[in-house]
Amino acid sequence: MTEITLNRVVGIDLGTTNSLVAFMQGERPVVIPGEDGSNLVPSVVAMATGRPLVGNAARKQLVEHPETAVYSVKRLMGRGLEDVQEEIKLFPFRIVDNLNPDEVLRLKLGDREFTPPEISAQILSQLKRNAERYFGAPVTQAVITVPAYFNDAQRQATKDAGRIAGLEVLRLVNEPTAAALAYGLDQKHDGVVAVYDFGGGTFDISILKLHEGIFEVISTNGDTHLGGDDIDNLMIAIALDDIQGDLGIDARKDTSAVQTVRRAMIEAKIALSSEKSVDVDVPLSDGRHYLRTISRTQFEQLIESVIQRTAAPCRQALADAGISPDQIDEVVLVGGSTRIPRVHALVDEVFGLSARGKKPHTELNPDEVVALGAAVQAHILGGGSVTTDNVLLLDVTPLSLGIEALGGVVAKIIQRNSTIPASATEHFTTGVDGQTNVAIHVLQGERELAKDCRSLARFDLKGIPPMTAGLPRIEVKFLIDSDGILRVAAREQRSGKEADIEVKPTYGLTDEQVEQMILDSFDYAEDDLNQRQVIEARNEAETLLTLVDRAPSNPAWQMLSEEEVKVIAARRGELESTMRGSDHKAVRDAIEAVDKATRRFAELQMSTAVSGAIQGRTMESAAAELGEGPTAPHPFAAAEIEGTSKQ
Amino acid sequence: MADYFALFERPRHLVLDTAALEKDFYRLSRQWHPDRFARASAEEKQRSLEMTSQLNDAYRTLKDPIARTEYLLSLEGKPIERDKNVDAKQIPADLLEEVFELNMQLEEMRAGGDDPDIRADLERARVNFEKQMEDAEAQLKSLWIQWDGVSAAGESAAQAQILDSMVALLHRRQYIANLVRDVRAALGAE
Repeated sequence: MTEITLNRVVGIDLGTTNSLVAFMQGERPVVIPGEDGSNLVPSVVAMATGRPLVGNAARKQLVEHPETAVYSVKRLMGRGLEDVQEEIKLFPFRIVDNLNPDEVLRLKLGDREFTPPEISAQILSQLKRNAERYFGAPVTQAVITVPAYFNDAQRQATKDAGRIAGLEVLRLVNEPTAAALAYGLDQKHDGVVAVYDFGGGTFDISILKLHEGIFEVISTNGDTHLGGDDIDNLMIAIALDDIQGDLGIDARKDTSAVQTVRRAMIEAKIALSSEKSVDVDVPLSDGRHYLRTISRTQFEQLIESVIQRTAAPCRQALADAGISPDQIDEVVLVGGSTRIPRVHALVDEVFGLSARGKKPHTELNPDEVVALGAAVQAHILGGGSVTTDNVLLLDVTPLSLGIEALGGVVAKIIQRNSTIPASATEHFTTGVDGQTNVAIHVLQGERELAKDCRSLARFDLKGIPPMTAGLPRIEVKFLIDSDGILRVAAREQRSGKEADIEVKPTYGLTDEQVEQMILDSFDYAEDDLNQRQVIEARNEAETLLTLVDRAPSNPAWQMLSEEEVKVIAARRGELESTMRGSDHKAVRDAIEAVDKATRRFAELQMSTAVSGAIQGRTMESAAAELGEGPTAPHPFAAAEIEGTSKQ
Repeated sequence: MADYFALFERPRHLVLDTAALEKDFYRLSRQWHPDRFARASAEEKQRSLEMTSQLNDAYRTLKDPIARTEYLLSLEGKPIERDKNVDAKQIPADLLEEVFELNMQLEEMRAGGDDPDIRADLERARVNFEKQMEDAEAQLKSLWIQWDGVSAAGESAAQAQILDSMVALLHRRQYIANLVRDVRAALGAE
């Protein structure tokens, strides 16, 4: 293994609907396909039989056993129970009952419980495996993209997911910034660019200034709960009403039926981006069908309110950047929802594009562009090359950072749209003689009152030397790092003593919890590997048995001695019984034994068959060419786990 | 911690070419940004993070004319109080009459709905105060030039006098800015 492959850093787009992994191949980024050849891994996770399924396999599970599967889990990242009341109404999230309001959410999948970062970690693990299969080498470092408008807790949760999946997250990159990077790398144009990123569950708008390889974000805005999902939910609600009204079936309680309707509505939505009208036909459990024609006009009326919600963040971002729409040189469209013609129209309206003879950029696949940009940034962090040598991203924090002051008001200490890393230094003192602790409440958001902002963390400055009230002078340094995540350091200046601070995230996982999850995932990973090896060995055994059973019809079989035929039958029987067990090594040994017993038959078969056949072939190697059996075990399957356990 | 002017290798001057500042910001960012230290030691990473956060804070402060002036005043020991409540106490004397009139108009606008006459009065007030704000900013710029001249020459008495004038002018500007904000809000302009 060369050093280059060891240091390969991948870029990951961990999306609400789909996730992708990409890397820099030579001078341009490419998406790494999964085993099924598809670039997109649906962000669906199912825990069917203790063994996690991710992507298309999990999507099937979602319809057949909805209680074991979950989608759009990104909506729950870094959020508390109170935040998600709306989501629970619209999505089939099965949140555990006995949850405290300030606890990390836990979801039930089958008979087990998972936090959102653990579920996201399953998706990341799948992408990691896809990349490892592609490279034939371990992948341990990644850049992961997040919505620009993600707050601190949501970012931290994403980083935790990476760690649980066994990935060192070198950087969180904002999705629109990544998209700009993917575009900018090709075009090398200087100017002011707006990236309109309307995905499955989130909306972001970022305004950037491009100058000689510098990608400077000037402002960003968005809504972390606005996306294609919301359009789907509107359509599903109408379909379910129709089904109740026309057919008298209350399908809402039938989770499997809801998922069937959901898939049909998503297909209709996609079709309506290119068709003027679409006929929906959903088979229901009683054999009847829900039939309806949806015209694009109806569709556009239905979704207008959702699409309009993207306009205000665009205007705010323009105002924050201090520029007017006509100063935007280019608009880049990102995210699957930008395929909707009405969305194009809105973008055109907001930025006055066609009036200026311009068109938004859609040259790069809107589903892939974020992952491609992440790959570019991954490449830069991995050491870069001539292509990226001049490239530098300067991103901003989307939300103001503040601390709660007297009377519950928020004192802003870092303004939104400040270039990160950004810092602020504040001084605190005590209110009571001899006080040794000061509690600090950090918030994120634009509102004036603490109760209206997002609580990030509460922490105590401990170990302040006892002094008269007001005398201690505690300097606290707040720093938002390049991932957009807060770091805090404190010092009591009169005594020069470093204060002990414990930052307790409001809805986050503690380091200890993440460590435990990493350990758990290794346990399951070994479990998973074992199961996978058993399955692969069984598949191979089945192929071999088929060949053995067909053998007597081959003329070469007649040339075997009675003794040889007996040995083959005995080994065959042993293999058949061994393969039912769960010891993959025993199955392998039995395969080997059958193979050995049939070696002479294989040779005879070769020599009696068409000339030119290669001598010394065994039945097993013939099986490998059979073509119709399952794919041979992946040579890297075992090394993946060895690689991680060596760390 | 180096002061922001020193970080950008500049004297404490207030007349500043923002295009040149941006160029320096990009150059220093290329030098210090954490992206350039992704594979460096923990110490180097930490230093890069601290340097870049300072650089970003410095650029944000210096590129904005008001923030730059306020920063210089704090460096020179005359920090501007940013408390919103000080406004009322410090109505610039020459504005007393206009402010009194404006408050009446704003009051009427709130009480009596959208009367076209009051609206026209407020529009005039808006133009007036926007003009005054421009004047204040022009005066500030002339103070910058004076400051740069005397600070280069090291005339400390003249320096102190200019600093005091800037403090007064910034208070006045802030006061007018708040008026403009209120009038615009009442007119629903923004």
